[in-house]
Amino acid sequence: MALLAVEGLTKRFGTALALDGLGLEVRRGEFLALLGGSGSGKSTLLRLVAGFEAPDAGRILLEGRDLAGLPPHARPVGMMFQSYALFPHLSVFDNVAYGLRRERVAPAEISQRVGEALAMVGLEAMAGRKPHQLSGGQRQRVALVRSLVKRPRLLLLDEPLAALDAGLRERTGLELRALQRRTGAGFVMVTHDQAEALALADRIAVLEAGRLAQCGPPAELYDRPATRFVARFLGAANVLEGRVGADGVVEAGACRLALRHDAAPGEALAVALRPERIRLLPGPPAAANAVAGVLRDLAYRGDGWMALVALPDGAELRVALPAGAAPPEPGSRLLLGWSAEALVPLRA
Amino acid sequence: MRRLLILLPPLGWLLLLVAAPLLILGLIAFAEAGPGVPPFLPPVGWAGGPVWQGSLESLGMLLADAYYLESFLRSLLTAFLTAALCLLLAYPMALGIAGARPSWRLPLLLLVLLPFLTGFLPRVGAWIGLLRDGGWVNGVLGLAGVGPLRLLYSDLALYLGMVHAYLPFAVLPLATALLRRDLSLEEAAADLGATPFTVFRSVTLPLSLPAAASAFLLVFIPAAGEFVIPELLGPPEAQLVGRVLWGEFFQNRDWPLAAALALALLVVLLPPILLFQRLGRRG
Repeated sequence: MALLAVEGLTKRFGTALALDGLGLEVRRGEFLALLGGSGSGKSTLLRLVAGFEAPDAGRILLEGRDLAGLPPHARPVGMMFQSYALFPHLSVFDNVAYGLRRERVAPAEISQRVGEALAMVGLEAMAGRKPHQLSGGQRQRVALVRSLVKRPRLLLLDEPLAALDAGLRERTGLELRALQRRTGAGFVMVTHDQAEALALADRIAVLEAGRLAQCGPPAELYDRPATRFVARFLGAANVLEGRVGADGVVEAGACRLALRHDAAPGEALAVALRPERIRLLPGPPAAANAVAGVLRDLAYRGDGWMALVALPDGAELRVALPAGAAPPEPGSRLLLGWSAEALVPLRA
Repeated sequence: MRRLLILLPPLGWLLLLVAAPLLILGLIAFAEAGPGVPPFLPPVGWAGGPVWQGSLESLGMLLADAYYLESFLRSLLTAFLTAALCLLLAYPMALGIAGARPSWRLPLLLLVLLPFLTGFLPRVGAWIGLLRDGGWVNGVLGLAGVGPLRLLYSDLALYLGMVHAYLPFAVLPLATALLRRDLSLEEAAADLGATPFTVFRSVTLPLSLPAAASAFLLVFIPAAGEFVIPELLGPPEAQLVGRVLWGEFFQNRDWPLAAALALALLVVLLPPILLFQRLGRRG
């Protein structure tokens, strides 16, 4: 049985549809990233699961039990807020102890468990401080252990890394996953940062306009995006709009795309092609999976270049060029090619 | 130079309308009462040079005569009770306003302020009409065979009038603070297992205490010097500072004593005023 299952979840705010019949499962002990742009409904989903909002339709099942009608305080679900929501009038110790006190845990056990929790994130020495006396990273860790100290089976994290500096974010993200492995709790992390989701999650659920666009392991989503949205959102793939020809080859403007697909001749088919799967060809282009274009613009990325190449039909391809070799001059003619495996047919 | 120009109007205002009157008040407090217009001798005269002809009698009288001390204590007690009652009523009102749907908040706040649109005296007059022996309340009680009760000129009438007049001063700071509060703190508390009452007791209430203290002082400070309401609604024995001061000034024409009373009231209220300012800076 799934740890958390949502079925047909719908939520309206006024006339805006935040969630539109969303279905999703979270497995036991899994680190799931909810990825989506603003307004995709990812935070709304967390608030519905935590019980701060009531769904207009659909069910939320935690280990098979319907949570409908349960107030937030009666739900065995932890939540870490993007703002951290630390109680400013309480010390670090009292913040972390807050949830245990509500469970009427014995004082001796409280101080033991809070001490262990703070030690887990290296904040034993800060127990007596108030939140405003901590750095951003320390506040983040207090918020995390405050929700973990109750040992929830499911922890919801709303953009837990968004408020940290870039330098701190990567390390904190890895610590977050290490804590998740150690506690065995299911983590559902909302993020709009695809790199974060790819790096940390066991599975990623991409939300688009309140619906599930695709859900799967990071590599699967990255290599086999199912829809245009997922292809563009994760890794900013090129999306080529074409039509299947009589020979099965997809004609997409100036490009002839030879790939494995199950569309019939004459059908429209969109194909994703990642910038880093495109190579510069030395010779004249082959009949398929190659195209000639003019380099329009070049952006240095540190580990390479991102090139914008204009195709004869007016479309543009984003091409990742490796560092090392001298980049071509803007305005020069380039021959581009890719393998058939680099092409991913999209179903929507 | 430009800073000076910017500061000039407020400085001039303060000098003319706060510092100067205060200085005159202080001078009168140290003067000796006497017949004439104005009815006192200036404390510093001129006889070829400045000559001290003032007296500490008025200030001494405040300490010597228990009547004045009692009026101070009574005023502070009345102000304290008024402020406490206002706070007790204002907190749920402010909580209700802050919790109302956004489109309702402004109308509700305006309803709290609505009494300010009618004059102060008509409002007090309305209480007289309600509470006097032949008034509406006793009229209704009479239908039930009760009364007439002595409602007007009682402590009940005094506090009704005081709370009615000062309640908005308590609601406003509380409502603003509660409107601005971070709701995610309350959600976090609920998520950690706190029932709605526990959330209120352990998060909402402690975090609103500075605003509650502000609201309390905002009522307490002016209520301590209130004159009209005790005079028109209160019992005759409620000799509050405001009434005593009025009596000394207009009935006994003892300006030095009245000035001494005003000065003493200012000194007594200075600590709460300073406390209020500190709270304001922190908030």
